[in-house]
Amino acid sequence: MERLLDTVTILSLVLMMTVLFSVRRSHIRVEYSVSWLAAAVILLLLSRSRPLLNWISDQLGLTYPPLALLLLVSCVFVVVIYRLSVVISDLKDANIAIAQRLAIVEFQLQNRNEKQ
Amino acid sequence: MKPAAVNGNFLVLIPAFNEAGAIGDVVREVRKVVPAATVLVVDDASKDDTANLAKSAGAGVLRLPYHLGLGGCVQAGYRMAYELGYDYVIRVDGDGQHDPRYIMELLKVLRTSGCHMVIGSRFYQNDGEHTSIVRAMGIWLFRVVLRPILGQPVHDPTSGFVGVNREALQVFSQSFPLEYPEIEALVVLQRKRFRFQEVPCKMRPRQAGRSSITAVKSLYYIIHVLLGVFVNVLKFERRPKKVDGKLAAREKK
Repeated sequence: MERLLDTVTILSLVLMMTVLFSVRRSHIRVEYSVSWLAAAVILLLLSRSRPLLNWISDQLGLTYPPLALLLLVSCVFVVVIYRLSVVISDLKDANIAIAQRLAIVEFQLQNRNEKQ
Repeated sequence: MKPAAVNGNFLVLIPAFNEAGAIGDVVREVRKVVPAATVLVVDDASKDDTANLAKSAGAGVLRLPYHLGLGGCVQAGYRMAYELGYDYVIRVDGDGQHDPRYIMELLKVLRTSGCHMVIGSRFYQNDGEHTSIVRAMGIWLFRVVLRPILGQPVHDPTSGFVGVNREALQVFSQSFPLEYPEIEALVVLQRKRFRFQEVPCKMRPRQAGRSSITAVKSLYYIIHVLLGVFVNVLKFERRPKKVDGKLAAREKK
């Protein structure tokens, strides 16, 4: 149990550092780093606060606290991935609209050039 | 291509992706059968010579910067037609399956019936002789699913041989399904309470190339389209915003 919690702590710290370095190097935008940083903080809190983990396990009716940790970790990442899917969908829509607009403008420019 | 200004003018829209084997003949045939029509080929970033062949044959060519898929390709054409002020657009596939002799029939029904969309249907009176068994089964399934949603039967929901009027053009230029758009487009129209009508047509075998919907993709196609239909049914129109306690006038469409 303790080893698992320590591992999660290390992973959450690694995640946090990776995200912060990525933001610093402009590999990831600040607004999209928030989800990952929030996920890392939640993992850190859960892994370092045994009473909190035990309380959550009791509330969920789980007799084995690591299961609660696993469940919460899964939930956190599902939320993050869902948010990214929304972002990707928005980007795709915007991308298509830009591509169509570009094609139309190019077409009109070419027509104008041919007429001149 | 000159901007449209004449009332009742129409555009023949041909979406094409890697159709070098057929596109030249299709454009020439359309121009021969309907000389009054402006022909626009939307080249979906083909890797072959589709765009140049279409242009040589006399069509205007809208070249997309990268491959958008059929829905994005058709929507680009609808957007341009709407912006140029066209009243009617007839969509014809670039593989030669759609006989251009039916274009005027579609246009006539579109103009006189008051429908927002007409569909060239191979099953309305004919037997769909060029349709594979798998596709025919898929079409049967879609007919059954769409009947209660649309409130009227549709015999050939997968037909890409369609005509739309300006009202439908405006809707599609704003919102058009990206993949396998024909069936979902019907549901989009239904949300707007628009009407459609089918016109019997004979389809021909494609002149060149192969269908993008292979046997392996058929199952994905059916699941994707069914999901898209139900998602579209669940969508609702946004209420107009209130301005000073009154509903803002709807944008003129």
